[in-house]
Amino acid sequence: MTSRMFDAMILSSSLFVSIIFVWITGDVLLKGLVHLSWDFLISAPENSGRSGGIGPILVSTAALLFIALSVAIPLGLATAIWLSEFAKDNERFATITSLTLDVLAGIPSIVYGLFGNAFFCVFLGLGFSILSGGLTLAFMILPVFIRTCEAGLSAVNTHWRQGGHALGITRISTVWHILLPAASPAIIAGLILSIGRATAETAALIFTSGYVDRMPGSVMDSGRALSVHIYDLSMNVTGGDQAAYTSALTLICIIIVLNISAQIIMNRWLHRRIVK
Amino acid sequence: MTTENKIQSPYTIGEIEVGEPCCLPVPHLEIKDLQISYDNKTVLDNVSLDIYKGCITALIGPSGCGKTSFLSALNKLLDLKSNARVSGEIHFEGQDLIGDDIDVLKLRRRIGMIFQTPNPFPISIYRNLDLPLKEHGIKNRKIRQQKIEKALKDVGLWEDVKDHLDKSALQLSGGQQQRLCIARALVLEPEILLMDEPCSALDPISSKVVENLIKSLKGHYTIIIVTHNLAQAKRVANYAAFFWMKERVGKLIEFGQCHHLFENPGHELTAAYVSGEAG
Repeated sequence: MTSRMFDAMILSSSLFVSIIFVWITGDVLLKGLVHLSWDFLISAPENSGRSGGIGPILVSTAALLFIALSVAIPLGLATAIWLSEFAKDNERFATITSLTLDVLAGIPSIVYGLFGNAFFCVFLGLGFSILSGGLTLAFMILPVFIRTCEAGLSAVNTHWRQGGHALGITRISTVWHILLPAASPAIIAGLILSIGRATAETAALIFTSGYVDRMPGSVMDSGRALSVHIYDLSMNVTGGDQAAYTSALTLICIIIVLNISAQIIMNRWLHRRIVK
Repeated sequence: MTTENKIQSPYTIGEIEVGEPCCLPVPHLEIKDLQISYDNKTVLDNVSLDIYKGCITALIGPSGCGKTSFLSALNKLLDLKSNARVSGEIHFEGQDLIGDDIDVLKLRRRIGMIFQTPNPFPISIYRNLDLPLKEHGIKNRKIRQQKIEKALKDVGLWEDVKDHLDKSALQLSGGQQQRLCIARALVLEPEILLMDEPCSALDPISSKVVENLIKSLKGHYTIIIVTHNLAQAKRVANYAAFFWMKERVGKLIEFGQCHHLFENPGHELTAAYVSGEAG
Protein backbone atom coordinates (compact mmCIF):
# COMPACT_ATOMS: atom_id res chain seq x y z
CA MET A 1 0.00 0.00 0.00
CA THR A 2 2.73 2.45 0.99
CA SER A 3 4.69 1.30 -2.02
CA ARG A 4 1.74 2.15 -4.26
CA MET A 5 1.46 5.57 -2.64
CA PHE A 6 5.14 6.15 -3.17
CA ASP A 7 4.80 5.13 -6.82
CA ALA A 8 1.91 7.55 -7.24
CA MET A 9 3.91 10.32 -5.59
CA ILE A 10 6.95 10.01 -7.80
CA LEU A 11 4.79 9.56 -10.88
CA SER A 12 2.83 12.73 -10.16
CA SER A 13 6.03 14.66 -9.43
CA SER A 14 7.50 13.76 -12.78
CA LEU A 15 4.18 14.48 -14.48
CA PHE A 16 4.10 17.89 -12.80
CA VAL A 17 7.61 18.73 -14.03
CA SER A 18 6.80 17.55 -17.54
CA ILE A 19 3.57 19.57 -17.63
CA ILE A 20 5.40 22.76 -16.66
CA PHE A 21 7.98 22.16 -19.36
CA VAL A 22 5.33 21.43 -21.99
CA TRP A 23 3.32 24.47 -20.88
CA ILE A 24 6.25 26.89 -21.17
CA THR A 25 7.54 25.57 -24.47
CA GLY A 26 4.02 25.17 -25.84
CA ASP A 27 3.15 28.73 -24.93
CA VAL A 28 6.35 30.10 -26.46
CA LEU A 29 5.95 27.88 -29.50
CA LEU A 30 2.33 28.82 -30.15
CA LYS A 31 2.77 32.56 -29.69
CA GLY A 32 6.26 32.79 -31.13
CA LEU A 33 5.99 30.60 -34.21
CA VAL A 34 3.52 32.94 -35.93
CA HIS A 35 6.12 35.61 -36.51
CA LEU A 36 9.20 33.49 -36.84
CA SER A 37 10.58 33.96 -40.33
CA TRP A 38 13.88 34.21 -42.09
CA ASP A 39 13.32 37.93 -42.37
CA PHE A 40 12.86 38.24 -38.59
CA LEU A 41 16.17 36.49 -38.00
CA ILE A 42 18.23 38.71 -40.30
CA SER A 43 16.69 42.16 -40.16
CA ALA A 44 17.42 44.87 -37.62
CA PRO A 45 14.92 45.75 -34.87
CA GLU A 46 12.72 48.75 -35.52
CA ASN A 47 10.53 50.83 -33.24
CA SER A 48 12.34 49.64 -30.06
CA GLY A 49 11.99 46.05 -31.24
CA ARG A 50 8.20 46.07 -31.71
CA SER A 51 8.73 45.42 -35.38
CA GLY A 52 11.70 44.42 -37.50
CA GLY A 53 13.86 41.50 -36.46
CA ILE A 54 16.76 40.42 -34.31
CA GLY A 55 19.68 40.18 -36.80
CA PRO A 56 22.20 42.38 -34.93
CA ILE A 57 21.15 40.83 -31.63
CA LEU A 58 21.91 37.34 -32.89
CA VAL A 59 25.33 38.52 -34.03
CA SER A 60 26.04 40.10 -30.62
CA THR A 61 24.84 36.96 -28.84
CA ALA A 62 27.06 34.75 -30.96
CA ALA A 63 30.07 37.02 -30.35
CA LEU A 64 29.42 37.08 -26.60
CA LEU A 65 29.12 33.32 -26.46
CA PHE A 66 32.19 32.79 -28.61
CA ILE A 67 34.32 35.00 -26.36
CA ALA A 68 32.93 33.44 -23.19
CA LEU A 69 33.54 29.86 -24.35
CA SER A 70 36.96 30.45 -25.86
CA VAL A 71 38.11 31.87 -22.53
CA ALA A 72 36.23 29.50 -20.25
CA ILE A 73 36.96 26.15 -21.95
CA PRO A 74 40.79 26.21 -21.91
CA LEU A 75 40.99 27.96 -18.55
CA GLY A 76 38.35 25.68 -17.05
CA LEU A 77 39.82 22.44 -18.38
CA ALA A 78 43.29 23.40 -17.20
CA THR A 79 42.03 24.25 -13.72
CA ALA A 80 39.97 21.05 -13.53
CA ILE A 81 42.99 18.98 -14.58
CA TRP A 82 45.15 20.72 -12.01
CA LEU A 83 42.59 20.22 -9.25
CA SER A 84 41.98 16.55 -9.95
CA GLU A 85 45.47 15.42 -10.97
CA PHE A 86 48.14 17.74 -9.67
CA ALA A 87 46.68 19.47 -6.64
CA LYS A 88 47.97 16.83 -4.22
CA ASP A 89 51.36 18.51 -4.38
CA ASN A 90 49.86 21.70 -3.03
CA GLU A 91 46.93 20.69 -0.93
CA ARG A 92 46.25 23.96 0.83
CA PHE A 93 46.10 25.99 -2.33
CA ALA A 94 43.81 23.34 -3.84
CA THR A 95 41.41 23.52 -0.90
CA ILE A 96 41.30 27.29 -1.13
CA THR A 97 40.68 27.09 -4.89
CA SER A 98 37.86 24.56 -4.51
CA LEU A 99 36.23 26.57 -1.77
CA THR A 100 36.47 29.74 -3.84
CA LEU A 101 34.90 27.98 -6.82
CA ASP A 102 32.00 26.71 -4.74
CA VAL A 103 31.32 30.18 -3.39
CA LEU A 104 31.64 31.72 -6.86
CA ALA A 105 29.18 29.17 -8.28
CA GLY A 106 26.56 30.38 -5.85
CA ILE A 107 26.97 34.10 -6.49
CA PRO A 108 23.97 35.69 -8.25
CA SER A 109 24.67 36.74 -11.80
CA ILE A 110 23.83 40.38 -11.09
CA VAL A 111 26.91 40.47 -8.84
CA TYR A 112 28.99 39.16 -11.74
CA GLY A 113 27.51 41.94 -13.83
CA LEU A 114 28.54 44.60 -11.33
CA PHE A 115 31.99 43.05 -10.96
CA GLY A 116 32.36 42.90 -14.74
CA ASN A 117 31.32 46.51 -15.00
CA ALA A 118 33.80 47.65 -12.36
CA PHE A 119 36.67 45.46 -13.56
CA PHE A 120 36.40 45.09 -17.35
CA CYS A 121 34.41 48.19 -18.33
CA VAL A 122 35.94 50.70 -15.93
CA PHE A 123 39.22 49.41 -14.50
CA LEU A 124 40.52 47.81 -17.72
CA GLY A 125 38.85 50.52 -19.76
CA LEU A 126 37.02 48.16 -22.11
CA GLY A 127 33.80 50.12 -21.71
CA PHE A 128 30.34 48.76 -22.45
CA SER A 129 31.43 46.23 -25.02
CA ILE A 130 30.90 42.70 -26.24
CA LEU A 131 34.40 41.92 -25.00
CA SER A 132 33.54 43.04 -21.45
CA GLY A 133 30.30 41.04 -21.59
CA GLY A 134 31.95 37.91 -22.99
CA LEU A 135 34.68 37.97 -20.35
CA THR A 136 32.13 38.50 -17.58
CA LEU A 137 30.14 35.53 -18.89
CA ALA A 138 33.34 33.46 -18.98
CA PHE A 139 33.98 34.19 -15.31
CA MET A 140 30.39 33.42 -14.49
CA ILE A 141 30.36 29.97 -16.12
CA LEU A 142 33.86 28.95 -15.02
CA PRO A 143 33.03 27.67 -11.50
CA VAL A 144 30.34 25.22 -12.61
CA PHE A 145 32.33 24.15 -15.68
CA ILE A 146 35.45 23.52 -13.60
CA ARG A 147 33.60 21.62 -10.88
CA THR A 148 31.78 19.40 -13.41
CA CYS A 149 34.97 18.59 -15.31
CA GLU A 150 36.87 17.98 -12.10
CA ALA A 151 34.19 15.61 -10.85
CA GLY A 152 34.30 13.79 -14.19
CA LEU A 153 38.08 13.45 -14.10
CA SER A 154 38.09 12.30 -10.48
CA ALA A 155 35.52 9.65 -11.31
CA VAL A 156 37.74 8.09 -13.98
CA ASN A 157 38.96 4.61 -13.04
CA THR A 158 42.00 5.18 -10.87
CA HIS A 159 43.63 1.95 -12.10
CA TRP A 160 44.36 3.73 -15.38
CA ARG A 161 46.31 6.43 -13.56
CA GLN A 162 48.26 3.75 -11.74
CA GLY A 163 48.86 1.94 -15.02
CA GLY A 164 50.17 5.13 -16.58
CA HIS A 165 52.54 5.75 -13.69
CA ALA A 166 53.78 2.17 -13.67
CA LEU A 167 54.63 2.40 -17.38
CA GLY A 168 56.64 5.57 -16.90
CA ILE A 169 54.12 7.67 -18.84
CA THR A 170 54.17 11.33 -17.83
CA ARG A 171 51.17 12.52 -15.88
CA ILE A 172 50.20 15.05 -18.50
CA SER A 173 50.25 12.35 -21.20
CA THR A 174 48.03 10.10 -19.13
CA VAL A 175 45.64 13.01 -18.70
CA TRP A 176 45.66 13.86 -22.38
CA HIS A 177 45.46 10.38 -23.89
CA ILE A 178 43.44 8.49 -21.29
CA LEU A 179 41.74 10.53 -18.59
CA LEU A 180 40.34 13.45 -20.62
CA PRO A 181 38.75 11.19 -23.26
CA ALA A 182 37.39 8.94 -20.54
CA ALA A 183 35.92 11.93 -18.73
CA SER A 184 34.41 13.38 -21.88
CA PRO A 185 30.77 12.68 -20.95
CA ALA A 186 31.20 14.84 -17.84
CA ILE A 187 33.06 17.51 -19.78
CA ILE A 188 30.24 17.59 -22.35
CA ALA A 189 27.69 17.89 -19.55
CA GLY A 190 29.65 20.79 -18.06
CA LEU A 191 29.88 22.47 -21.42
CA ILE A 192 26.14 22.13 -22.06
CA LEU A 193 25.35 23.59 -18.65
CA SER A 194 27.72 26.46 -19.33
CA ILE A 195 26.33 27.19 -22.78
CA GLY A 196 22.82 27.17 -21.38
CA ARG A 197 23.73 29.50 -18.59
CA ALA A 198 25.70 31.88 -20.79
CA THR A 199 23.08 32.06 -23.52
CA ALA A 200 20.28 32.67 -21.07
CA GLU A 201 22.14 35.27 -19.03
CA THR A 202 20.63 38.72 -18.71
CA ALA A 203 21.64 40.40 -15.47
CA ALA A 204 25.38 40.02 -15.95
CA LEU A 205 25.19 41.49 -19.45
CA ILE A 206 23.09 44.57 -18.82
CA PHE A 207 26.02 46.19 -17.01
CA THR A 208 28.77 44.94 -19.27
CA SER A 209 27.79 44.55 -22.91
CA GLY A 210 24.93 46.99 -22.72
CA TYR A 211 21.67 47.64 -24.51
CA VAL A 212 22.64 48.88 -27.95
CA ASP A 213 20.69 46.96 -30.59
CA ARG A 214 22.67 48.09 -33.61
CA MET A 215 24.86 45.69 -35.56
CA PRO A 216 28.22 45.60 -33.70
CA GLY A 217 31.22 46.62 -35.78
CA SER A 218 33.77 44.97 -33.50
CA VAL A 219 34.00 43.28 -30.10
CA MET A 220 34.69 46.72 -28.63
CA ASP A 221 31.18 47.86 -29.54
CA SER A 222 28.29 47.51 -27.19
CA GLY A 223 25.88 44.74 -28.20
CA ARG A 224 22.56 43.48 -26.95
CA ALA A 225 22.25 39.79 -26.13
CA LEU A 226 19.09 37.91 -27.07
CA SER A 227 18.10 37.38 -23.44
CA VAL A 228 18.54 41.08 -22.70
CA HIS A 229 16.40 41.80 -25.75
CA ILE A 230 13.63 39.53 -24.47
CA TYR A 231 13.83 41.15 -21.04
CA ASP A 232 13.66 44.62 -22.55
CA LEU A 233 10.75 43.80 -24.86
CA SER A 234 8.66 42.22 -22.17
CA MET A 235 9.39 44.64 -19.35
CA ASN A 236 10.13 48.04 -20.91
CA VAL A 237 8.44 48.11 -24.31
CA THR A 238 4.66 48.21 -24.38
CA GLY A 239 3.40 46.20 -27.33
CA GLY A 240 6.64 44.24 -27.50
CA ASP A 241 5.20 40.94 -26.30
CA GLN A 242 4.87 39.40 -29.73
CA ALA A 243 8.50 40.09 -30.64
CA ALA A 244 9.52 38.86 -27.16
CA TYR A 245 7.79 35.52 -27.77
CA THR A 246 9.42 35.07 -31.15
CA SER A 247 12.82 35.99 -29.69
CA ALA A 248 12.30 33.55 -26.83
CA LEU A 249 11.48 30.79 -29.29
CA THR A 250 14.65 31.62 -31.21
CA LEU A 251 16.65 31.49 -27.96
CA ILE A 252 15.26 28.07 -27.05
CA CYS A 253 16.06 26.78 -30.55
CA ILE A 254 19.60 28.19 -30.33
CA ILE A 255 20.22 26.48 -26.99
CA ILE A 256 18.95 23.15 -28.33
CA VAL A 257 21.10 23.41 -31.46
CA LEU A 258 24.16 24.46 -29.45
CA ASN A 259 23.72 21.59 -27.01
CA ILE A 260 23.49 19.06 -29.79
CA SER A 261 26.48 20.47 -31.63
CA ALA A 262 28.53 20.65 -28.43
CA GLN A 263 27.78 17.00 -27.89
CA ILE A 264 28.78 16.10 -31.44
CA ILE A 265 31.96 18.18 -31.44
CA MET A 266 33.16 16.95 -28.04
CA ASN A 267 32.39 13.40 -29.07
CA ARG A 268 34.53 13.81 -32.14
CA TRP A 269 37.30 15.51 -30.28
CA LEU A 270 37.49 13.43 -27.15
CA HIS A 271 35.26 10.44 -26.94
CA ARG A 272 36.18 8.92 -30.28
CA ARG A 273 39.71 8.47 -29.05
CA ILE A 274 38.34 5.97 -26.58
CA VAL A 275 37.04 2.68 -27.87
CA LYS A 276 34.40 1.05 -25.78
CA MET B 1 55.28 -26.99 -20.36
CA THR B 2 58.35 -29.07 -21.14
CA THR B 3 61.62 -29.15 -19.35
CA GLU B 4 63.58 -29.87 -22.51
CA ASN B 5 66.02 -27.26 -23.54
CA LYS B 6 64.64 -25.90 -26.81
CA ILE B 7 64.89 -22.15 -26.74
CA GLN B 8 63.75 -20.92 -30.13
CA SER B 9 62.01 -17.66 -29.70
CA PRO B 10 62.75 -16.32 -26.30
CA TYR B 11 59.74 -15.28 -24.19
CA THR B 12 57.26 -17.39 -26.09
CA ILE B 13 55.25 -19.75 -23.95
CA GLY B 14 56.09 -23.39 -24.25
CA GLU B 15 59.17 -22.76 -26.32
CA ILE B 16 61.66 -22.02 -23.61
CA GLU B 17 63.29 -23.89 -20.84
CA VAL B 18 61.58 -23.61 -17.52
CA GLY B 19 63.56 -26.18 -15.60
CA GLU B 20 65.72 -25.04 -12.74
CA PRO B 21 68.16 -23.54 -12.29
CA CYS B 22 67.59 -20.96 -14.95
CA CYS B 23 68.33 -17.96 -12.82
CA LEU B 24 71.59 -16.59 -11.62
CA PRO B 25 72.67 -16.26 -8.02
CA VAL B 26 73.50 -12.63 -8.76
CA PRO B 27 71.56 -9.98 -6.90
CA HIS B 28 69.59 -7.72 -9.21
CA LEU B 29 68.10 -5.70 -6.39
CA GLU B 30 69.70 -5.43 -2.98
CA ILE B 31 67.34 -4.21 -0.31
CA LYS B 32 68.74 -3.13 3.06
CA ASP B 33 66.83 -2.07 6.15
CA LEU B 34 63.79 -0.98 4.20
CA GLN B 35 61.20 0.81 6.26
CA ILE B 36 57.86 2.06 4.98
CA SER B 37 55.46 4.24 6.91
CA TYR B 38 52.18 5.97 6.20
CA ASP B 39 51.43 9.11 8.20
CA ASN B 40 54.36 8.30 10.49
CA LYS B 41 52.89 4.89 11.23
CA THR B 42 55.32 2.16 10.29
CA VAL B 43 53.77 -0.60 8.20
CA LEU B 44 56.91 -2.44 7.17
CA ASP B 45 60.15 -2.47 9.10
CA ASN B 46 63.68 -3.69 8.77
CA VAL B 47 63.38 -5.63 5.53
CA SER B 48 66.65 -6.77 3.96
CA LEU B 49 66.87 -9.22 1.10
CA ASP B 50 68.42 -9.76 -2.31
CA ILE B 51 66.35 -10.32 -5.39
CA TYR B 52 68.20 -12.61 -7.78
CA LYS B 53 68.56 -11.95 -11.45
CA GLY B 54 66.26 -13.92 -13.73
CA CYS B 55 64.53 -15.62 -10.80
CA ILE B 56 60.98 -15.49 -9.62
CA THR B 57 60.70 -14.38 -6.04
CA ALA B 58 57.32 -14.86 -4.38
CA LEU B 59 56.22 -12.65 -1.52
CA ILE B 60 53.81 -14.52 0.71
CA GLY B 61 52.06 -13.74 3.94
CA PRO B 62 48.67 -12.58 5.20
CA SER B 63 46.90 -9.46 3.89
CA GLY B 64 47.98 -6.15 5.33
CA CYS B 65 51.53 -7.06 6.20
CA GLY B 66 53.05 -4.66 3.68
CA LYS B 67 53.78 -6.85 0.67
CA THR B 68 52.15 -4.51 -1.83
CA SER B 69 53.78 -1.48 -0.20
CA PHE B 70 57.12 -3.26 -0.48
CA LEU B 71 56.48 -3.92 -4.17
CA SER B 72 55.52 -0.33 -4.91
CA ALA B 73 58.60 0.95 -3.14
CA LEU B 74 60.74 -0.85 -5.70
CA ASN B 75 59.50 1.17 -8.70
CA LYS B 76 58.97 4.29 -6.58
CA LEU B 77 55.22 4.18 -7.13
CA LEU B 78 54.89 4.71 -3.39
CA ASP B 79 56.40 8.19 -3.79
CA LEU B 80 53.11 9.27 -5.38
CA LYS B 81 51.35 8.89 -2.06
CA SER B 82 52.07 12.07 -0.19
CA ASN B 83 51.67 10.39 3.21
CA ALA B 84 54.10 7.56 2.50
CA ARG B 85 57.73 7.60 3.65
CA VAL B 86 60.35 5.09 2.55
CA SER B 87 63.76 4.77 4.12
CA GLY B 88 66.62 2.33 3.85
CA GLU B 89 68.48 1.32 0.72
CA ILE B 90 67.44 -0.30 -2.54
CA HIS B 91 70.42 -0.89 -4.78
CA PHE B 92 69.74 -1.39 -8.46
CA GLU B 93 72.61 -1.42 -10.96
CA GLY B 94 74.85 0.78 -8.87
CA GLN B 95 72.17 3.26 -7.89
CA ASP B 96 70.37 3.65 -4.61
CA LEU B 97 66.71 4.06 -5.54
CA ILE B 98 65.95 5.79 -2.26
CA GLY B 99 68.98 7.98 -1.68
CA ASP B 100 69.96 8.98 -5.21
CA ASP B 101 68.21 11.34 -7.52
CA ILE B 102 66.36 8.97 -9.83
CA ASP B 103 64.55 9.65 -13.10
CA VAL B 104 61.39 7.76 -12.13
CA LEU B 105 59.99 7.60 -15.66
CA LYS B 106 63.12 5.84 -16.91
CA LEU B 107 63.21 3.66 -13.81
CA ARG B 108 59.63 2.52 -14.36
CA ARG B 109 60.48 1.59 -17.91
CA ARG B 110 63.13 -0.76 -16.52
CA ILE B 111 60.99 -2.02 -13.63
CA GLY B 112 57.53 -2.87 -14.95
CA MET B 113 54.50 -3.56 -12.81
CA ILE B 114 51.38 -5.70 -13.15
CA PHE B 115 48.43 -5.06 -10.86
CA GLN B 116 45.86 -7.24 -9.22
CA THR B 117 42.99 -5.92 -11.34
CA PRO B 118 43.84 -5.91 -15.04
CA ASN B 119 44.02 -2.24 -16.04
CA PRO B 120 44.19 -1.98 -19.81
CA PHE B 121 43.55 1.58 -20.98
CA PRO B 122 40.13 2.22 -22.55
CA ILE B 123 41.69 2.52 -25.99
CA SER B 124 42.40 0.00 -28.71
CA ILE B 125 44.49 -3.10 -28.08
CA TYR B 126 47.18 -1.73 -30.36
CA ARG B 127 47.31 1.73 -28.80
CA ASN B 128 47.61 0.20 -25.34
CA LEU B 129 51.08 -0.93 -26.35
CA ASP B 130 51.79 1.89 -28.76
CA LEU B 131 51.24 4.66 -26.23
CA PRO B 132 54.01 3.64 -23.80
CA LEU B 133 56.43 3.07 -26.66
CA LYS B 134 55.73 6.54 -28.07
CA GLU B 135 56.06 7.99 -24.59
CA HIS B 136 59.50 6.52 -24.27
CA GLY B 137 60.61 8.15 -27.48
CA ILE B 138 60.40 5.35 -30.03
CA LYS B 139 59.45 7.44 -33.02
CA ASN B 140 59.79 4.88 -35.80
CA ARG B 141 56.39 3.34 -36.48
CA LYS B 142 57.82 0.17 -38.02
CA ILE B 143 59.93 -0.51 -34.95
CA ARG B 144 56.97 0.07 -32.67
CA GLN B 145 54.91 -2.31 -34.77
CA GLN B 146 57.54 -5.02 -34.52
CA LYS B 147 57.88 -4.58 -30.78
CA ILE B 148 54.12 -4.72 -30.29
CA GLU B 149 53.79 -7.88 -32.34
CA LYS B 150 56.62 -9.50 -30.42
CA ALA B 151 55.20 -8.55 -27.02
CA LEU B 152 51.77 -9.88 -27.96
CA LYS B 153 53.37 -13.11 -29.17
CA ASP B 154 55.36 -13.38 -25.95
CA VAL B 155 52.20 -13.39 -23.88
CA GLY B 156 50.41 -15.75 -26.27
CA LEU B 157 47.81 -13.19 -27.26
CA TRP B 158 48.86 -12.52 -30.85
CA GLU B 159 46.80 -15.26 -32.48
CA ASP B 160 43.68 -14.16 -30.60
CA VAL B 161 43.92 -10.45 -31.35
CA LYS B 162 45.96 -10.01 -34.53
CA ASP B 163 42.83 -9.48 -36.66
CA HIS B 164 41.24 -6.92 -34.38
CA LEU B 165 44.02 -4.83 -32.95
CA ASP B 166 41.85 -1.75 -33.31
CA LYS B 167 39.16 -3.15 -31.03
CA SER B 168 38.83 -1.89 -27.51
CA ALA B 169 41.05 -3.56 -24.98
CA LEU B 170 38.10 -3.55 -22.61
CA GLN B 171 36.32 -6.08 -24.81
CA LEU B 172 38.89 -8.74 -23.99
CA SER B 173 38.18 -11.29 -21.27
CA GLY B 174 39.72 -10.80 -17.82
CA GLY B 175 42.55 -13.23 -18.48
CA GLN B 176 43.26 -11.70 -21.88
CA GLN B 177 43.26 -8.23 -20.33
CA GLN B 178 45.82 -9.32 -17.78
CA ARG B 179 47.99 -10.84 -20.51
CA LEU B 180 47.64 -7.59 -22.46
CA CYS B 181 48.84 -5.71 -19.39
CA ILE B 182 51.82 -8.03 -19.14
CA ALA B 183 52.50 -7.44 -22.85
CA ARG B 184 52.24 -3.70 -22.25
CA ALA B 185 54.91 -3.98 -19.58
CA LEU B 186 57.07 -6.30 -21.71
CA VAL B 187 56.91 -4.07 -24.77
CA LEU B 188 59.15 -1.60 -22.94
CA GLU B 189 61.72 -4.38 -22.47
CA PRO B 190 62.04 -4.06 -18.70
CA GLU B 191 64.59 -5.94 -16.64
CA ILE B 192 62.39 -6.48 -13.62
CA LEU B 193 58.67 -7.20 -13.39
CA LEU B 194 56.70 -6.55 -10.23
CA MET B 195 53.44 -8.49 -10.03
CA ASP B 196 50.86 -7.74 -7.40
CA GLU B 197 48.60 -10.80 -7.17
CA PRO B 198 48.28 -10.96 -10.96
CA CYS B 199 45.96 -13.97 -10.92
CA SER B 200 43.70 -13.26 -7.99
CA ALA B 201 41.03 -11.41 -9.98
CA LEU B 202 40.88 -14.09 -12.68
CA ASP B 203 38.87 -17.26 -13.11
CA PRO B 204 40.76 -20.56 -12.55
CA ILE B 205 41.39 -21.24 -16.24
CA SER B 206 42.65 -17.73 -17.04
CA SER B 207 44.63 -17.85 -13.84
CA LYS B 208 46.37 -21.01 -15.02
CA VAL B 209 47.17 -19.45 -18.39
CA VAL B 210 48.66 -16.34 -16.76
CA GLU B 211 50.59 -18.51 -14.31
CA ASN B 212 52.12 -20.49 -17.16
CA LEU B 213 52.99 -17.23 -18.86
CA ILE B 214 54.76 -16.02 -15.73
CA LYS B 215 56.68 -19.29 -15.54
CA SER B 216 57.73 -18.89 -19.15
CA LEU B 217 59.21 -15.48 -18.37
CA LYS B 218 61.56 -16.98 -15.80
CA GLY B 219 65.16 -16.57 -16.77
CA HIS B 220 64.45 -13.61 -19.03
CA TYR B 221 63.16 -11.21 -16.45
CA THR B 222 63.63 -10.84 -12.75
CA ILE B 223 60.16 -11.27 -11.32
CA ILE B 224 58.80 -10.43 -7.90
CA ILE B 225 55.28 -11.69 -7.38
CA VAL B 226 52.93 -11.13 -4.49
CA THR B 227 50.56 -14.04 -4.13
CA HIS B 228 48.15 -15.43 -1.59
CA ASN B 229 48.01 -18.68 -3.43
CA LEU B 230 50.68 -20.79 -1.75
CA ALA B 231 50.36 -23.59 -4.28
CA GLN B 232 50.99 -21.07 -7.02
CA ALA B 233 54.02 -19.68 -5.20
CA LYS B 234 55.37 -23.21 -4.89
CA ARG B 235 54.80 -23.89 -8.58
CA VAL B 236 56.31 -20.75 -10.06
CA ALA B 237 58.85 -19.30 -7.66
CA ASN B 238 62.54 -19.98 -7.14
CA TYR B 239 62.71 -17.91 -4.00
CA ALA B 240 60.12 -16.97 -1.45
CA ALA B 241 59.92 -14.28 1.18
CA PHE B 242 57.52 -14.70 4.05
CA PHE B 243 56.07 -11.56 5.64
CA TRP B 244 54.14 -11.43 8.90
CA MET B 245 52.65 -8.80 11.18
CA LYS B 246 54.37 -8.37 14.51
CA GLU B 247 52.87 -5.77 16.82
CA ARG B 248 51.01 -4.24 13.87
CA VAL B 249 54.17 -3.81 11.87
CA GLY B 250 54.97 -5.94 8.83
CA LYS B 251 58.25 -7.85 9.05
CA LEU B 252 60.18 -10.15 6.79
CA ILE B 253 60.29 -13.39 8.75
CA GLU B 254 62.14 -15.61 6.38
CA PHE B 255 63.62 -15.53 2.92
CA GLY B 256 65.14 -18.35 0.97
CA GLN B 257 64.75 -20.86 -1.81
CA CYS B 258 61.14 -21.66 -2.31
CA HIS B 259 61.35 -25.36 -1.60
CA HIS B 260 63.34 -24.71 1.59
CA LEU B 261 60.73 -22.32 2.82
CA PHE B 262 57.91 -24.72 2.11
CA GLU B 263 59.59 -27.98 3.10
CA ASN B 264 62.04 -27.02 5.84
CA PRO B 265 60.93 -23.68 7.18
CA GLY B 266 63.42 -22.20 9.60
CA HIS B 267 60.86 -20.32 11.62
CA GLU B 268 57.82 -21.61 13.45
CA LEU B 269 55.61 -18.84 12.00
CA THR B 270 56.56 -19.85 8.47
CA ALA B 271 55.88 -23.47 9.29
CA ALA B 272 52.46 -22.60 10.66
CA TYR B 273 51.61 -20.39 7.69
CA VAL B 274 52.68 -22.73 4.90
CA SER B 275 50.91 -25.64 6.55
CA GLY B 276 47.76 -23.56 6.74
CA GLU B 277 47.64 -23.38 10.53
CA ALA B 278 48.08 -19.63 10.71
CA GLY B 279 47.26 -16.68 8.52
